[in-house]
Formats: sequence, structure tokens, C-alpha cells
Amino acid sequence: MTRRLLRWVDERLGASHFSRKAIDKIFPDHWSFMVGEIAMYCLVILIVTGVYLTFFFVPASEEVVYHGPYKALEGTRMSAAYASTLDISFEVRSGLVMRQMHHWSALIFMAALVVHMCRVFFTGAFRRPREINWVVGVTLFILSMMNGFFGYSLVDDLLSGTGVRVGYSIALSIPIAGEWLAFLFFGGEFPNTEFITRFYVLHVLLLPALIVGLLGAHLAILWRQKHTQFKGPGRTEDNIEGSRLWPSYAAKSVGLFFIVTAVVAALGGLAQINPVWLYGPYDPTQASAATAGSQPDWYVGWLDGALRIMPGWEIRAWGHTIANPFFPGALLPGVTFGVLYAWPFLERRFTKDREAHNLLDRPRDAPVRTALGMATLSFYTILFIAGGNDVLASLFKVAPEAITNLFRILIFVAPAVTFFVTRSACRSLARDKVHPFGGSVGSRVRRTPSGGYEEIDEHDPAPEVGAIRADLVTEAYRPPPQS
Amino acid sequence: MGGRPGSHADGRALDRNQRLMPDERGMPAEGRIGVLLIISTVAALGLALVYIGGGQPQAEGALLGISLGGIGVALILWARGLSTEGTVTAERGPLGGDPDDEEVVEERIEEVTDEPGRRSVLKLFWAAGGALALSAVFPIRSLGPAPGQSLLETAWRPGARLVDDNGRPVRVDTLPVGGTLTAFPQDAEHAADSQVVLVRVQEHLLQARPGRDNWTPQGNVAYSKICPHVGCPVGLYQADTHELLCPCHQSTFDVLDGARPRFGPATRSLPQLPLSVDREGFLVAQADFDEPVGPAFWNRG
Repeated sequence: MTRRLLRWVDERLGASHFSRKAIDKIFPDHWSFMVGEIAMYCLVILIVTGVYLTFFFVPASEEVVYHGPYKALEGTRMSAAYASTLDISFEVRSGLVMRQMHHWSALIFMAALVVHMCRVFFTGAFRRPREINWVVGVTLFILSMMNGFFGYSLVDDLLSGTGVRVGYSIALSIPIAGEWLAFLFFGGEFPNTEFITRFYVLHVLLLPALIVGLLGAHLAILWRQKHTQFKGPGRTEDNIEGSRLWPSYAAKSVGLFFIVTAVVAALGGLAQINPVWLYGPYDPTQASAATAGSQPDWYVGWLDGALRIMPGWEIRAWGHTIANPFFPGALLPGVTFGVLYAWPFLERRFTKDREAHNLLDRPRDAPVRTALGMATLSFYTILFIAGGNDVLASLFKVAPEAITNLFRILIFVAPAVTFFVTRSACRSLARDKVHPFGGSVGSRVRRTPSGGYEEIDEHDPAPEVGAIRADLVTEAYRPPPQS
Repeated sequence: MGGRPGSHADGRALDRNQRLMPDERGMPAEGRIGVLLIISTVAALGLALVYIGGGQPQAEGALLGISLGGIGVALILWARGLSTEGTVTAERGPLGGDPDDEEVVEERIEEVTDEPGRRSVLKLFWAAGGALALSAVFPIRSLGPAPGQSLLETAWRPGARLVDDNGRPVRVDTLPVGGTLTAFPQDAEHAADSQVVLVRVQEHLLQARPGRDNWTPQGNVAYSKICPHVGCPVGLYQADTHELLCPCHQSTFDVLDGARPRFGPATRSLPQLPLSVDREGFLVAQADFDEPVGPAFWNRG
């Protein structure tokens, strides 16, 4: 039966030769290679739940009066977009689970992207020949971040409307072109009736198409170049070690898809997220919270934190203004993503390393890169925490001014300390050859021809020919297989 | 095979010393997979029943999670037994690097531009394409109105009464000292850029700026409610410190001193609306703000 099907396809598409090579393709077994897969599977969940939501969501800002099962908003005037989101949450059967799965999946997607990017960065997987895929990956990250922002802005609740307001003001602050950019992108002065329809087209069509297309390119390049691998006995720049696509890797990967979806489904049903009915519809005369607690989704938090701790400075000269939000809101992300794009080329320039690399660095092998990466992470972590300065102030009963001033200091101190601590930790780890989380595993010894014992270097990448290999020594003690 | 964890011939996992992992807790892998798949099936059927019965978000999420998780874990257990060979190694093979290929492709590309005649045609193609691309940019202009004066002025006109969000005009004594409300110009209650926060303070505390002495009848002082930072409504008034606070990014403004920013990212004072009282005792605007309201921009000055 399988054979007849294969024959039918092969006669029409000539696919058997490719399939034969594909099912033997080797994938490394290291756990850190799963993180990118988690992101990819979150994208699948996002598309499936997102398509479902489009059947019920009304992307329009026309005003309606709410009549529905949520009595707290009965008779309230609101946009059709917000009203349809209430309907999805309260009236469409399975709608709330789909909506919450969509939102949880977006948060996990972004988290997986960040961790995946860290994995690639700290192991040097972006080096030649993989610079193109790094650039594609950074683009995917930016597009995904933007699409997340557009997505939660569509709901037009009080919290998201405040976020759009901030986005408009950042666009407005851009020197020279800002006014035109803001008016053309948002359809006029904010608030207006245009942006929901625009964000909708961007969120459900344009950006997803770009993301899916670029993900296809990302995977095709990966397929062509093959995975990197960590150093180890028998592994060289010219070979690849792991398990074959079929059957074990495919089964494991599909299993991972089911588990990721299971976690998202359980969160979507059991853990409330973005309860927009509590925030109420957007009203430009009201802020999203009378007290503390107006935070964006986590992956935008660093930008909000930067807006909060930026001192009240701006540039005014010759009748023009470079407004304050430009620096944290537009310049900072510009520099952030610019440096990310340029990193493979910058590093090559400084290290003069132009070789192709298929063997990965462990983070300690490149102390300066690792230290710079950790310092950068600490910078954005401080910004992220600073985005909750009002929450922290009310939690610890201190003035928001004190908290903000603390972050204004930490934003410089934390990266500097992180850099030097990480660099010295890397150097001492590289000397000791101990895994930081593995503890001591003891050491292996081998008997020399003269009858003595000598220690075996676990990280010796290629045991010399003729030497007794440690794994062959233990082979002799393997118990017989049980039937 | 190397010295890393892999799979044994019968599919069970091996630890780093190639010894069998003690993961056989009485039940063979097939048994455990079977139990998981039965649980998954039951949960999936339960999910259908919950939907038919009217739906319940928590039950739906939990049952969907169990159903998917059962299949997922079963697949991973199954995967451990599927491969009999464990870890394998293969050559990567070269990635490009054949000079012949490069040369042929280069020649074929450049033969188009070898002749001078072809080169000039190619230039014309570039010119036509460039002109087309340029004119294709123009429809972008349709996406929004020109900024024009819209950022520079609001709906306030001389003599416009202040009304609250229900459209009721505000009298000079509507607010008690220490009170605050959000006001709009009468007949333009939905003009978001015109909203003001009206505060009443003891008149002698106000430090009027030059030329603003008669802007605050009986201690009624009105400022634009749109934060000059990124435009959130500056909605929180702390009567004891006479401060307005923006809840988005924590800028504070001194109500007594022309709403000068005291702390936070805001760089400018809240624009002040010149107030007076009409013959019937209602608060009115003397004129529009004397500067643009809201977040700053290139041509704000």
C-alpha cells in the first residue's frame, strides 16, 4: 500500500530521491536545539487559533452599545472591535479558550524566540557560513514583536488603546518625518477611526505572510547548511552526529509539538490572560489604570521601561524639537536591532576569524562574547523591570521617584558588573573544565601499557589513533541486554 | 558510537556510560504508551461532550491539554524505541566551492551586458523601472491627511464654555477647593485633543506666570489633560502636594507653578487654558491654548 502510494507520487513528482535523502538526515540530540522548534510550534498554534478568531472578530471602530451577558458593561458605548472581543469571550462557545490560547501562545512564542536567539548567540552558531540565517532570524524576531503589538492593540480596550497612544507618540517624535509618518501610518491624528482596520490587515495578513515566508527560508537554509554541533569525541567540522529524521527524530519532534500545544491549551483554559472586560473600552480621557499597573505584554516591556527611566531631556534648536520619546522609543530599538543584525560581521572584524564553523563554542570558550551578551541581557532585563516601576513602588511602599532613580543608576552599573563577573567566570570555567551545573562527575582513568594509570581528558575532541578509548573500556562492563 | 547517551539495541535509553537507564518500572513501554493513548482518547471524547453540553472554558482547556499531552508523551516514549541504531555520524559534504560553476554562471550573466548596445537598453530598463517605482510611492499619500494645523490647535474658541463629560456646563463654584474634573469645550465634547483637567486650589497659592494673572478665576485652573510625554491622560490629582501625576510613565506636574514637570520623562509644562467667567457664572475659555498640546514633534518649536 505504502509502495503503491510512493510509486504514484514518484511518477508524478519524482520525490523519492529527495525523500530517501531526507529521512536519513541527521539532527543533533542536544536539548538546546529544541527551543527553536518550540517557537515554530507556537507559530502553528497562533495561526490555527488566530484563523478561528478572525471568524468572530469585527475589525471596526464604529461605536456600538453593548448588550450581552457581561452585565458590568451593559449599555456601555464601545467600538465594534471591543464588543466583538467580548462576544468571543462570553458568547462564542470555545471562543474564550481559543482567545486565551492565542495570547498565551504569543507570549511563549516570543520567549522561545529570545531563548533560541541566546542559544545561537552564546554558542557562536551565527558564524560563517550561517550569517544569512542570523539576519533572517533577527528579522523574524522584529516582525513577530511588531505583530504581537498589533495583535493586542486590535482589541481596543483601555489598556491596549493606551499602548497605541504611546506608539503613535513615538512615531510622532521621529525627527523631520515624524508628523507625516504618524499621520500616514495611523490615518491621522490619534485617536481616530482608521487604525483598527489597518492593524487588522497587518496582523492577520501582511506580517503573518512575511513571518511564514521567512520561516520557510530560515528552515531551508538550515536544511542546506545542516545543524551545528557541540564539540565532542569523534565530532569534527566536517561531520555531523545525531539521530536520523526518520523515525526517531520525527516522532520526538511531533511529540514535542503535541506537548507544547497541550501546555498552551491548559494555560488557555485554566490561566486567565488579558481579561479585557475588566479594563473597559478605550476612552482617550481615561488612563488604563487609576493607580499602578499599566504594563504592555512582556516582550514590549523593555521599551516601556526605557520610556519610564529616560530623564526629562529633549533637544530644541533652530525652531525644531527632537522630542524625548524618540530616544528610548525609536533610537534605542533602532540601535538594538542594528547591532543584532551587524553582530556576525562585527565579531568577525574584531576576532579576525573568517573560518567556517560547524562546531559550536561553549559559552566559556568565548569569554568576551559571552560577557558582552550577558551584559546586554542585563541591560534589557533592567529596562523590563523598570517598566513595572509603579507596581514595584506600590509593592514596596516607596516613592516611584526613588525606584526610577535606582533604575537610572542600575542601567549603567548592572551591565558593567555583569560583564566583568561573566568574563572572569568564563575564564575560570575554561581552566577548570567543569560543567557549571553538572558538578563533578569524577574523572576517568585508563591503564597505560606500563601498568600505571592516567586521567583521560573528557573534552579531548579527538582521541589519538591507537589509544584506548574510554567508552570502549566501559563497553566491557555493559550488562547483557534484557529481552 | 561515541561516549554520549544514546539508545540500546532494544530501544531503551542509555546513560552517558552506555549503561541501561533504570526506567523500566514494572511496565513495558508499550503498556505505558497504551495507557497514555487511552487517557488521551477519553479526554478528547470528554472535550466533545463538554462542547455539546454548552462549553466551559476551564474544562475545555484541561481536557484539550490532557488529550494533546497524552499523545505527545506517548510519541516521545515511542520514539525512544523506534530507532535501533542510536547515534549516527555522517559526513557533511561540501557547501559550494566549485570554481567551474561560479565561472559559468558569471559568464552567462555578463553575456547580457557584453555589447554596448545591450548595455544602453539595460540602462533604459533601469530608468523605466525606477520611474515606475517612484510613481508607485504616491498612493501612500492617500493613507492619511496632511498634519497641517491639526497638531497646533484644539477646539477651544474664545467664550467656549467648559462642560463635564455629561455635557453640563461648569460654574465657577462647581468645584470645591481641592476638587478636580475633566472638562471639554461645549459643542465639541468628543474632541480628545481639547480635554482639560480643571483643578480648584486656594487662589493665593497660585504662582501665576507673567501674563497669566487673570487666567484662574477664583482658583479654578485648567491644564491640557494630555501628557506632553507620550499623550496619556494626566488623570491623577494629589490635593495635598498639588501635583498632577501621569499614570503611564509617572511624570508629575506642579499645579501651583504652571504645571511645571517635577519628575519623570516629561520635558514640558502642561499647556494652560486661559479661563474667565461669563455673565451667568459659567467658566469659559478666553482663547485656545497658546502652544500645541500633547507629545512633542519636530515642528513643535
